[in-house]
Amino acid sequence: MARPFSIKRQPGFATIAMLCFFLLYLPIATLVVYAFNAGVSIAVWEGFSFRWFESAWNNAQVIEASWRSLKIAASAAVIATTCATLAALATTRTAPYRGLTFKYSIINMPLLVPEIVTAVALLILFSRIKVWTGYSGLGYLILAHSAFCVPFAYLPIRARLESMDLSLERAAADLYASPFQTFRHVTLPLLWPGILAGLMLAFVISLDDVVITEFVKSGGQDTLPTYMLGQLRRVVTPEMNAISTVFLVLSLAIVTLFFFLSRNPQKQKT
Amino acid sequence: MAIDARQIGEERQRKEIRDRWLLSAPALFLIVAASVGPLAIVVLYSFLAPGNYGDVKWAFSTEGWFNVFLSRDIFDGTVSLADAHFSIIWRSVKLAFITTLLCLIFGFPTAYFIATRTPHTRSLWLFLVTIPFWTNMLIRAFAIQEAIRSEGIVNTVLMTLGLISTPIQMLFTDFAVLLGMTYVFLPLMVLPLYASLEKLDFRLVEAGYDLYASRFGVLTRIVVPMVRPGIVAGSILVFVPALSSYVIPRVLGGGKALMIGNLIELQFGQGRNWPLGAALSVALVVVVLFVLLFYVRNTGKSGGGAHG
Repeated sequence: MARPFSIKRQPGFATIAMLCFFLLYLPIATLVVYAFNAGVSIAVWEGFSFRWFESAWNNAQVIEASWRSLKIAASAAVIATTCATLAALATTRTAPYRGLTFKYSIINMPLLVPEIVTAVALLILFSRIKVWTGYSGLGYLILAHSAFCVPFAYLPIRARLESMDLSLERAAADLYASPFQTFRHVTLPLLWPGILAGLMLAFVISLDDVVITEFVKSGGQDTLPTYMLGQLRRVVTPEMNAISTVFLVLSLAIVTLFFFLSRNPQKQKT
Repeated sequence: MAIDARQIGEERQRKEIRDRWLLSAPALFLIVAASVGPLAIVVLYSFLAPGNYGDVKWAFSTEGWFNVFLSRDIFDGTVSLADAHFSIIWRSVKLAFITTLLCLIFGFPTAYFIATRTPHTRSLWLFLVTIPFWTNMLIRAFAIQEAIRSEGIVNTVLMTLGLISTPIQMLFTDFAVLLGMTYVFLPLMVLPLYASLEKLDFRLVEAGYDLYASRFGVLTRIVVPMVRPGIVAGSILVFVPALSSYVIPRVLGGGKALMIGNLIELQFGQGRNWPLGAALSVALVVVVLFVLLFYVRNTGKSGGGAHG
């Protein structure tokens, strides 16, 4: 009762919020803790040990799947970000023109279509192409990942572009810079944090994908997530926790970097 | 002279628009080729006859669509409602709806809490919400699986407290799927809610108190109507992926609490009925598009809807 009246306070809201934060982190924290369990159980603590990290490291399947994941994510992120950067340049800082809304909807479409449906569609399409061409390499996965990563890469790049006004580019043009020179020496350096943010976002999204990969992959093309999904059917040892922990740390590192890159440019100046 | 200048201007504008099409071509091509375009093939496949070992026969057939709702007895050919499909579709809608509701109940206070912090601490809280969002969904589902196992932390704590004597079977039930989906999709609710709440003009709240409104009155008659676009956006963002969930019911529902996503997968795997799987996929997309259409119409109108 002694608390001063605050117009912003709503009773119980802070408690629920704290509960939410607690519950958001509890399962992940437990998962990470048991990665260091010395015993074979994922629920009974038997002392601290790195044995499950070692066992994951020595598991050829895990290492192979991880490499494949990284390879696909890196390729897909680069392809998606390149396409997204060009598309963002084409759809921002302009008066509305015919086809602009069409472009927006196509670019955002992969976010709207349920992943399982895209997965099924690609399964049908790629199984045909595999028969026709005889090619069954990683190309299909890279292509599929690149496509659904475009809207994610596009978002931060577009946001960054929209916060840049055209005055610097106009100044460059007034000083007889060619359009390419203007782009190379004015637009690109200013846009770079957005591009990097898009790259990272695309990388994480690709790295995390389970559904589309599960349907598109050929035999022996497990990525880390599909490998884990397959393992969850069996008896689970803390090795899964160890793999998850490493995966988590990697994602978090990238996301933290993304967070700093995509911060409001106005804030960075001050 | 004036006409010439205008012509040059138009010429330049036309060239600019052409350049903009060229620039966006790679992205558009990529998405149409490997994400959106193949959906046309799914529509086509839903009207073909199933092959013997998966795939399809190239003959027109409505059997796929027929099988979505009805089932024909193998022996005497009698037609009845496809109970198994209905129960799975119904469960999907129900679980997605309850998930949305739970996310709203927990997400609204959380978003409100974050929006009422000082600007500097806000971004920290927001970051805390975003972190789980960016950790792999499979890992989060796995974390929930570990927590609610018979020998997991929830049962252990409850038994230590003496509240239960034998572990509760939570894994592989609707409850597990519900819990998993709420856990995984909560940030999708909090973020748009926060975006709306952050813009809320608290002078209006103050005006409400000046006019003797209670805290609850302010909440329900000022705050909620003002952030309605955020509530709708958050609900859509949760409902749509929840409805088409595949990983969470697979990890937490086992083979027992299936959802539409798993039903579709079955048709392309063990079921070997690709046309049925395709028909179910098309049906799912149609439902999702309807929900999104509702959203677009709703946000379009919301400008005048706040009076009361």
